[in-house]
Amino acid sequence: MVLLTLLAAVTIGVVRTRSLFGVIALVSAYSFLMASVMIVLDAPDVAMTEAAVGAGVSTVLLLATLHLTGSMEYPRPRKAYLPLFVAAGTGAAIVWGTYDLPPFGTADAPIHKHVAPRYLEKSIQETMVPNVVTSVLADYRSYDTLGETTVIFTAGIGVLLLLKGRRRRQQDKSVEGSTT
Amino acid sequence: MKLDLILRVGVKLLLPFVLLFALYVQFHGELGPGGGFQAGVIAAGMVILYAIIFGVDAAKRIASQRMVEIMVPLGVLIFVGTGVAGLLLGKNFLDYSVLAHDPPHGRELGIFLVELGVLITVSGTMTVLFYTFSERGR
Repeated sequence: MVLLTLLAAVTIGVVRTRSLFGVIALVSAYSFLMASVMIVLDAPDVAMTEAAVGAGVSTVLLLATLHLTGSMEYPRPRKAYLPLFVAAGTGAAIVWGTYDLPPFGTADAPIHKHVAPRYLEKSIQETMVPNVVTSVLADYRSYDTLGETTVIFTAGIGVLLLLKGRRRRQQDKSVEGSTT
Repeated sequence: MKLDLILRVGVKLLLPFVLLFALYVQFHGELGPGGGFQAGVIAAGMVILYAIIFGVDAAKRIASQRMVEIMVPLGVLIFVGTGVAGLLLGKNFLDYSVLAHDPPHGRELGIFLVELGVLITVSGTMTVLFYTFSERGR
């Protein structure tokens, strides 16, 4: 509850802060809080990812982006009632949807009945890997993980093509300009 | 860059332990929390930390641009190669049970290889992203 309150406070801070440096620091803090929430929910794998990616690398990448752009946000042109309405409506719909979910932590919720027990029982026998998260990720659901790895690969290639390629072309142009 | 003595010494002390922790997360992922993705990000974090304190050129001496650019597709190739190896040995794509003398050992080996592929791609991509962004800014 304390964590969730802090999360809400940080979110309001992110929305209200004008300096983008401040926003990045707050987003980083948000990721750390989220990692703590994951620890409380007994999901250390997710918490580790959130702390390393959300609070670590993405903060650095955002700062690097800030280096390329300006560090102050432009003032808002006008009051944004329509986006506020859309956001509030979507949020309300999601909250309304949670009423149909089984209560949090129920042992006989449908999600725990389908394939999860089989993974839990057979993982060590079939794969000799005690951490079920790893065996589900890399063996039972390896297609998904292959997809994720491909997504990261594509992201890296895309950034290389966009940022590095254009720079080289500009250099070529300047070279051509100087020779002709 | 001359006045940050504490940062320089502190980072130098910290770096081997960060790398060791990344390897621990990678190879202990079967037993405790962690795996290729987390370990890759931690390893890339080490390079990025080094680059922030000592400059990108110094970082490129330990992880050259060419090396990290090769790492990006290499990891995916290892992942897919593991899958195709299962295919060639007479099972389905990404079925690792034929990779060793009995199915459980094969699947353990397959998980290890796949996690290795994820580690290489993730750390390569994160480092390459940082290099590209920091070079654009100059």
